[in-house]
Amino acid sequence: MSPVVSVENLTKNYGSVTALAGVSFTVDEGEVLAILGPNGAGKTTAVEILEGYRRADGGTINVLGHDPTSGGREFRDRIGIVLQETGIEMVLTVREAIDIYARSYSRRLPTDELIDLVGLDGKADARIKTLSGGQKRRLDLALGLAGDPEVVFLDEPTTGFDPSARRKSWAMIEGLTELGKTILLTTHYLDEAQHLADRIIVLADGSIVAEGTADTLGEGRAASTISFTVEGSDQPPRLEGGPAMTGHTVTYRSTSVTSDLLVLTSWATERGVDLDGLEVTRPSLEDVYLHIVGETANGGQGS
Amino acid sequence: MSARRYVSLLWGQTRHNNRVFWRTPAAAFFTLALPVIFLILFSVIFGDVEVGGGYSFSQFFAPAMAVFAAVSSSFSNLAIGVSYARDQGVLKRVRGTPLPAWVYMAGRICSGVWMAVLSVGLMFLLGWAFFDFRMVWANLGTALVVFVVGIATFSALGLAVCAVLKNADSSPAVANGVFLPMAFVSGIFIQLDDAPRWLKILGDVFPLKHFAGPFGEAFNPLHESPILGWEHLGVMALWLLFGMVIITRYFTWDPRGE
Repeated sequence: MSPVVSVENLTKNYGSVTALAGVSFTVDEGEVLAILGPNGAGKTTAVEILEGYRRADGGTINVLGHDPTSGGREFRDRIGIVLQETGIEMVLTVREAIDIYARSYSRRLPTDELIDLVGLDGKADARIKTLSGGQKRRLDLALGLAGDPEVVFLDEPTTGFDPSARRKSWAMIEGLTELGKTILLTTHYLDEAQHLADRIIVLADGSIVAEGTADTLGEGRAASTISFTVEGSDQPPRLEGGPAMTGHTVTYRSTSVTSDLLVLTSWATERGVDLDGLEVTRPSLEDVYLHIVGETANGGQGS
Repeated sequence: MSARRYVSLLWGQTRHNNRVFWRTPAAAFFTLALPVIFLILFSVIFGDVEVGGGYSFSQFFAPAMAVFAAVSSSFSNLAIGVSYARDQGVLKRVRGTPLPAWVYMAGRICSGVWMAVLSVGLMFLLGWAFFDFRMVWANLGTALVVFVVGIATFSALGLAVCAVLKNADSSPAVANGVFLPMAFVSGIFIQLDDAPRWLKILGDVFPLKHFAGPFGEAFNPLHESPILGWEHLGVMALWLLFGMVIITRYFTWDPRGE
């Protein structure tokens, strides 16, 4: 399957500040890709270049067969944009806003269907200025979907939401994937990326520092934990990540679990010791993320 | 896209902008209420002034206020309205949809034209009802030509102000700071017959005198058949061109100016 979005060696500078330093990735049809990273990592810059708002300084960008900066109306007719912060005429009602913004698309979802989809059914005739922050964001989503787009860009769709509003938005976004939409979302919430995305790119200081699924992202990076308890006075072997003893409990930090386990089990077999309560804990995505981003922050200090 | 589709989009945008206008009391006040208040105040104060031929003061003042309202609907309305729309990110949102940029702008201008037509009609109606203004039908065609060129010029200049401003908060001050003094030096409020020469020259340079002058002449019953002064249209056309150049060169859709 050919990718719907492909980005190769994308660079962007603001004056002397490098916002993107050669970023490459692809998004396949129907895939949900999350660009995860701390504030200021370059996420919004990258997405706004793909949406055609900003010009790249270098690199090759292809979205649905178009160069976004020159794609024009045919291009914008096929994408849906939910920007991080966008104004709207606050004096309009929800229905009026959807009607006017949807009007220019060649295909469009019926207004009532959109209002239902984002859960604003009770608010269709309410002025936008009376909506809560979360409700406004849902209107943004409805407007982004108004033209029945093939690719949807979501720039930090749930930033500032309370937990229940986030859950609702996630359910909505999951609904979009069922419709076969290709989605590119940025977020600085790990759980959001983990929950929604098929694949995650970690962006820090304008470069991709890790890429994978929520499960594979940590491989070879952040450490797992191996722990067990020993009775008696046997001193467990020294390994790179331990041992650390708390009473009878021994823990190792391990980046190569298989070989470390081999050493430990041979040691135990030789001495006839039981590794009681042996447990291998994979790092949480949060550990992985903090580790990756921390690495970059340390590495970036000299520049 | 077919022509019919463009017309439908433009119609939608015009109605949309009208709707937003009526729901924004500040805009509606400055565009419509202010000229009405001026018309009433000045007509009451100068109601007894002899203007010759037995005609009332408002015979000359109502067309002047009509021009004032028309410039308010085009120049101020666009300079302030579009600047705020950009600051709030409305323009950026529009830019992310397939709506052609020119249709958006044309929609805003058409909405301004509608306000201008309404307010011109309102001035004449009020003048006729309360201040002895008498409609002169003979030169309506001339008035219409001047009106169209004037609205086009001041729409372009309004967008040009928006193009050079990077911050909407300064737009009301700049728009009114340009418009109100220009109204005085262009003889909108007070006849400049006895004014110093430099003031008259200043008025000649700016486009407003060339809008208000021939437009007012068209409703002057003392003239049998006023000839449309092409030099007035010429000056406005130059300003129109100047406005277009500024817009093309400096206008941005993004609030941060990219």
